[in-house]
Amino acid sequence: MTTFLRDTATVFAREFKPALRAPAGLLFEMGQPLLFLFLFGSLLDGAVGSSWQWFVPGILVMMCLTGPMSAGYTLLVELIGGSMERMLVTPLNRTAMLVGRAMKAMIVLLVQAVLIILLALPLGFELHTAGVLAGLAQLVVFGVGLGALSFVLAIKSAPGGTLFWVVSQSILFPLLLLSGVLLPLETAPAWLRAIGQVNPVTYIVDAQRSLFAGDLADPSILYGTASACLIAAAGLYLGNRAMRQGVV
Amino acid sequence: MIHARGLTRVFKLKKKETVEAVRGIDLDVEAGRLVAFLGPNGAGKSTTLRILTTLLPPTSGTATVAGHDVARDPAGVRARIGYVGQRNSAGEDFLVRDELVTQGRCYGLPAKQAAARADELLDLLDLTPLAKRKPGTLSGGQRRRLDIALGLVHRPDLLFLDEPSTGLDPKSRAEIWAHILRLRETYGTTLFLTTHYLEEADTMAERVVIIDNGRIIADGTSEQLKNDLAGDHITLTTSTEAEARRAASMSDGTADGTTVRVRAANAAAALPECLRALDGAGIKVTTAETTRPTLDDVFLTLTGRSLTDDDIPA
Repeated sequence: MTTFLRDTATVFAREFKPALRAPAGLLFEMGQPLLFLFLFGSLLDGAVGSSWQWFVPGILVMMCLTGPMSAGYTLLVELIGGSMERMLVTPLNRTAMLVGRAMKAMIVLLVQAVLIILLALPLGFELHTAGVLAGLAQLVVFGVGLGALSFVLAIKSAPGGTLFWVVSQSILFPLLLLSGVLLPLETAPAWLRAIGQVNPVTYIVDAQRSLFAGDLADPSILYGTASACLIAAAGLYLGNRAMRQGVV
Repeated sequence: MIHARGLTRVFKLKKKETVEAVRGIDLDVEAGRLVAFLGPNGAGKSTTLRILTTLLPPTSGTATVAGHDVARDPAGVRARIGYVGQRNSAGEDFLVRDELVTQGRCYGLPAKQAAARADELLDLLDLTPLAKRKPGTLSGGQRRRLDIALGLVHRPDLLFLDEPSTGLDPKSRAEIWAHILRLRETYGTTLFLTTHYLEEADTMAERVVIIDNGRIIADGTSEQLKNDLAGDHITLTTSTEAEARRAASMSDGTADGTTVRVRAANAAAALPECLRALDGAGIKVTTAETTRPTLDDVFLTLTGRSLTDDDIPA
C-alpha cells in the first residue's frame, strides 16, 4: 500500500509539474466552456429561471467530460512515443500510473470549476456552499471514472490512435447534447427524452443542478451519485485490467 | 544473466490471422557480456527483447532475467534491468532533468537521491547544459543519450538497448558507442542490444546472435561465424570467359563473365597454390584478390538473402 501511494505521488508530481510551469494553459483550456457559459447563459436568461443557476452546473459537467478525454489523449501521445514504455519497464505500480494521472486531471478540473463559479458570482449566480461542495465531490468521482475509461480507450487505440478519435468524438458530443447540459430536455419530444433517460450523464447533470440550487434532499442527487459511482467503478475496473494485461 | 527456453510469441492480427513473431528461442547470456542481436526488420528482435524486459508476456516458454522469472516475478526483473527502447524515452511535455528525477522515483529512490542521481547522469552523458530543455528541442544524438541516461538511473547490472544507434549520423553513433563501451568498462554492465548495422555488431560485440523469422540461426563470435559459415573468398579475373569457366570448374568456384569466385578457409594461404595450379593448366589470370567475409555473407549463406535487403517477406 505504501508503494502504491508513493508511486501514485510520483506519477501525479510528474504530470502536475508542466501545469505549474505554464498555468496559463489552464485558462486556455477553459476558453470553450467559458464561451458556452456566457453565450448560452445570456441567451437563456429567463427561459429556464435563473439561467446562471441552471447553466453553471451544466458547464461544469461539460468540463468534466472534456477534461478526462484530454487526459486520455496525453496518455495516448506517451504510448505512441516511448515514454510510457520506458515507465512500464520500471517497477512502478501499474494502477498508480492511472490513478496519478486521473488525480492530476481532477485537480485541474477543480481549479477550473472554482474559477467558473467565481466568474459567475457577479452575474447573479447564487452560492449554496454545502451543495456546491457536494456537487464538486460528485464531479470528482464522475471524472475519475471517465478519466479511467479514456485511458482504457487510449490503451486500446495505441499505437495507431485513430480509434481514440473515432470513439471519443462520436461518443462525447451525443452524451453532452442528450444530457440536457446546454438546453433543457423537459421541452424535448418524448423520443429525445427517452434517449436522455438512458444517458448516465443526464442523472449527473440533474443532480448537479439540484445541488447547486441548494435542494439537498432532491432524489435526483441519489440517482446522480449512483451514476457517478457506477461509472467510476467501471472505469477503474477496466482501466486496471487494461494496465495489467500489458500495453503492447 | 539471461536464460530463455523455448520462447514463442504469437500475435493476433485479425480474426483468424496470426503471426508467429518468435518461434522457439533458447538463449543464455552470461554476466558482463556484450551481445548483439542481429537480424532483418521483422525477424523478431524487438519482440524477443520485449519479452525479456517484461513488456510482453510470452505465448509459451520461460525466461529468467537477472535471476527472476519474467512471467512469475516481473517486478523482480524490472527492478534489476535497464531498458532503452527503440523510441524516445522522455515525454515531450517534460524537462530533461525532471524526467531523470521521475525515473529515479519510479525505481523507488527518495526525492533527494533521485535528484542527486539525475545530476550525476546528466554529467556522465554530457547532458548538463540541456537539463532545463524539453526533449523536442534536442538533437537526435542528444535525445539518444538522454534515453540511455534514463535506462541507467538505478545502476542496472543488465541493460537492454533496442537499436541504440539507428537513425543517427555517424558522429552521434560514434558518441553513443563511446558511452556504451565506457559503461561496460566502468561498471561491468551486461549489455544486450539489437542492431541492424552489421559493422556495429561485427566490431563492438563479443558475441553475435543472428535471428531470422523468429528463430536463432547462428550464435558465436563474429570471427567464428565468419570462418565457419562464410569463409574467405578468392576473386580472380581471366582474359576470356571460357578460361573463367575452366578455372571455376578446376577450383570448385563460380564463374560470372570473366570473374571467378572461390571459397577458401584461409584465402591468403590458398591463393599462391591456386594461381600455380591455374598457371599449370594454361589459364592466364589477370587479377587476383582475397576478401574476408562480412556478417552479411554469413547471413547470405544461412538464408540465401542479404541482411541489407529490407523487404523481408512476412
